[in-house]
Amino acid sequence: MRLATAVAIVAAALLVGAAPTLAGAGPNPADLEAEIVCPTCKTTLDQSNSPIAARMKAFIRERIAAGDTAAQIKAQLVDQFGPAVLAEPPRRGFDLLAWLLPLGGLAVGAVAVGALAWSWSRRRADDEPAPPLGPDLERRVDDELARFED
Amino acid sequence: MTSPDHTAGTGRGTAGRAKTVGQVIAITAVAALLGLLVWKVAKGNDGGVAGALAKGNNPVAPAFTLPRIDATGDLAIASLKGKAVVVNFWASWCLPCKDEAPFLQKTYEQYRERGLVVLGVDAQDFRQDAKRFMRRFGITYPVVYDGEGSTLGKWGVAGFPETFFVDRQGRLVGERIAGGVDIERNRDTFDRGVQLALGGQ
Repeated sequence: MRLATAVAIVAAALLVGAAPTLAGAGPNPADLEAEIVCPTCKTTLDQSNSPIAARMKAFIRERIAAGDTAAQIKAQLVDQFGPAVLAEPPRRGFDLLAWLLPLGGLAVGAVAVGALAWSWSRRRADDEPAPPLGPDLERRVDDELARFED
Repeated sequence: MTSPDHTAGTGRGTAGRAKTVGQVIAITAVAALLGLLVWKVAKGNDGGVAGALAKGNNPVAPAFTLPRIDATGDLAIASLKGKAVVVNFWASWCLPCKDEAPFLQKTYEQYRERGLVVLGVDAQDFRQDAKRFMRRFGITYPVVYDGEGSTLGKWGVAGFPETFFVDRQGRLVGERIAGGVDIERNRDTFDRGVQLALGGQ
């Protein structure tokens, strides 16, 4: 009896968990709100309560209900508000630079750090032991040390 | 004995040069970024033509050509030269814009015969929302659509609504009005702006 109850609870939990996946074939509004910028406040929609942000959130829900894909909804918003509504620049044309430059910077930095580390380690290995002190200098060092010991 | 010393010396010299070159590049990059920041701050704070107008100048109205909402095709503000123009920046989601819309329509009807045009610039808005707004308030003056808000920077528009007055020569006159034009504190400024744009007639 207990086993049957447990199985029923687990089955119910699984069903509830799966419900959004079964029902929501379209995009998740919260995901889109994090990817679209409010034109007046310049933050993403999920961070904004401005009137236009509220209107854009409503638009996203309307279009999801109408069966549009995330890409279609974004395209419609770009058509109305321009490419600056996209929180991430598109990965093509000039905007591709925004993606490539940081990677290029990282690569150049990594090469520079590697080259420096290599040259430092090499220099230490190449360093010759200090030449022995001459008799005059040795005597002087001894004198100085003797003075310290006094 | 001399040879390894010589080699080590050269190695150190190359490393030293590389270090100097690195420092020069780093300092140049920092100086360039600093220069960019200063330039942006100095340029970004001029507030477009609104800033110049506030200083008592009469700058030329910044040009734009935008698609019309009230009709098909584009409208260039340059095509209105010879007319007095009340340029009104608005959006359908802005509350004071709703309050002032009937007043702007009335102004258009009242001064149209004397060569005055009210030109609405609907910015940062959904096109279909703007159309609904215009139907609701019976707006018949020309309205252009600037969803991206590409005109706002040059004009120095900081919020909605904002209204400017352009004379028949295409120069800004009077004062920029931030906020509704038919509210008490702005009524005189609005009337003066209209008269200046018409040429004091």
